[in-house]
Amino acid sequence: MQESNVKTAQFNPQFDKKVRLSSNREMVKTFALPIVILILFSLNSIFTDNFLAATTMWNILLHVSTTALVAIGMTLVIATGGIDLSVGAVMAIGAVVSTFLLDYNIFVIIIGTILVCACIGLFNGAIISYLGVQPIVVTLAIMIAGRGVAQVLTDGYLVSFSNPAFEWIGKGKILSVPVPVLLMFLVAIIAFIIIRYMMFGRYIEAIGDNEKAASLAGVNVKKVKMIVYIAAAALAALAGMIETARLAAADATRIGELIEMDAIAAVVVGGTLMTGGKPFIWGTVFGAILMGIITATFNMNNIPYSYSLVIKAVIIVGAIYLQRENK
Amino acid sequence: MKTIANQPSNKLFSNPGAFFQKQGALLALLLLIIFASIKYDNFLTTLNIMNILKQNSMIGIVAIGMTFVILMKGIDLSVGSLLALGGVMAATLSPYGIFVAVLVPILITTLLGCVNGWIIAKLRMEPFIVTLAMMIGVRGFIYAFTEEKTLSVVPDQKQFFIDLGNGAFIGIPNPVWIFVIILALASFVLHQTKFGRNVYAIGGNEDATRLMGIRVDRMKIMVYALNGALAGFTGIILAGRLGGAAQPVAGNMWELDAIAAVVIGGTLLVGGRGGVFGTFVGVMLLGVVLNVINLQGTLDSWWQPVIRGTFLLAIVIIQAQLLKQKSVFKKRKIES
Repeated sequence: MQESNVKTAQFNPQFDKKVRLSSNREMVKTFALPIVILILFSLNSIFTDNFLAATTMWNILLHVSTTALVAIGMTLVIATGGIDLSVGAVMAIGAVVSTFLLDYNIFVIIIGTILVCACIGLFNGAIISYLGVQPIVVTLAIMIAGRGVAQVLTDGYLVSFSNPAFEWIGKGKILSVPVPVLLMFLVAIIAFIIIRYMMFGRYIEAIGDNEKAASLAGVNVKKVKMIVYIAAAALAALAGMIETARLAAADATRIGELIEMDAIAAVVVGGTLMTGGKPFIWGTVFGAILMGIITATFNMNNIPYSYSLVIKAVIIVGAIYLQRENK
Repeated sequence: MKTIANQPSNKLFSNPGAFFQKQGALLALLLLIIFASIKYDNFLTTLNIMNILKQNSMIGIVAIGMTFVILMKGIDLSVGSLLALGGVMAATLSPYGIFVAVLVPILITTLLGCVNGWIIAKLRMEPFIVTLAMMIGVRGFIYAFTEEKTLSVVPDQKQFFIDLGNGAFIGIPNPVWIFVIILALASFVLHQTKFGRNVYAIGGNEDATRLMGIRVDRMKIMVYALNGALAGFTGIILAGRLGGAAQPVAGNMWELDAIAAVVIGGTLLVGGRGGVFGTFVGVMLLGVVLNVINLQGTLDSWWQPVIRGTFLLAIVIIQAQLLKQKSVFKKRKIES
């Protein structure tokens, strides 16, 4: 009895210190990104002309919205310790499929496209969880094949169309807020609620932390993984439709090109670990916005786009470096 | 050296699962070659075979470097960008003579590979994300540096580059020679030297290797540097192949092709198992598939990625199944 008392007395201060330290780190993690965005924002509003105009803001968010949507799905996948390289290809397929459904009602277009793409996600998830193939290889194969399928379906041509109802998803505005931006925040809020307040979110985190332990604790690991890949594909489909609607054209070759890399970068900058664990939805959204502001800053100051790539690379490495102690 | 002792034996009968996992790609390649030579008259001609080899030799060199990285449980997405950098630097430095134009670009890409390795080993960061950042950053630098224009080698030096990329020695194209020599060297290093054993050991169990006193961090830096060097060299060959023109978009997506070839060749992404010969087979398999599609001629070019992707998927699924079976075999042995 006495011994154990002594032990607790010895360990407690250290324990306290640890907790305080980790909460400090949590603080850094939670607020670093908004602060960086704020700094960039204020610098821009001083040095960049027209930056503070409302249209500029909405434009930045509009450009970020598709990446953010894809990145939210990617956050869930990465939180389970997986990765999904196929999202760009799924976006292309979603774009092409949506043009096939143009004759129907807008709801049919959206739901039909999402269903078709969810099937690809289901396929990804099934192979990864039931056949035990590594996520990166499976989704790499789907990435290569998927874009090919989209190109086969359109013969490599650009499919343009005119369908005001469908174009509204990409171009429309509600109270001067662009619809894609609304969709982005809507999806982010839903994802946040699921992760924060529902068991499913805990399951994702548990699998990312320790898959075996989660499985032994009774989590249906295979099912959760499948759902996560389906969600990623469905969100990619939504992003593909937004892009298609905005351009009023589906270009199987270019839509969603390299978006998987942008999305992974946003997720990682947002604080979700590549090895899996706690998903940070708002971190991801802010990560995507940060990248968007950097691009906008360079564009509005007439600096070639290529320089922003270098800055992005530095920011990615810097963000991970800051988070590395949390492992 | 526990990992090496635990390598699955190659015997077909004692352990069929492991045999097919290791040699399955070779069997598939042989079957495909037999099929193609029966179906297409033009397939088994010297010209066609040389073409396949020539077209795939460069991706092959990149894939050899990637094999080392993947064996060590890493991954390197930056090779495509480093390759482009090698070509662009070679073109820029060509006025200063051949030695500078060839050696300095390779030095630069080696150094960037070192940076990759250093960040991964010393700062303990994920290889995927570090090399992703390197890929984005270097590509951005190239676009900025070249203003997105193709650079050309100065006329005086052009002949050397054209010889390097398009020339032939005893009827075999130079890139193929280079590929084969690098393949042989890599195979020797991997199987006969301490360096190679360490690569396998790190892939098998990094902590154990560290405890055995092997300098894991230094090994990692060296392997990523080697990968950078091979990528840079490939970039120079590619510039030569294109008649001394270095494109800033060169090598786009090559990292993924290289990873696909390595995986098809039976090198597992979990590290510690596989080899460069498998990678050679993987590269050739993807190349022959493409060649067969071209010979068939009736398929749209859009089908190429579909077939390649499906092929990759099929092979990795079969491999995963065989690996599972192998563990079943092991269990049975223990039971009996």
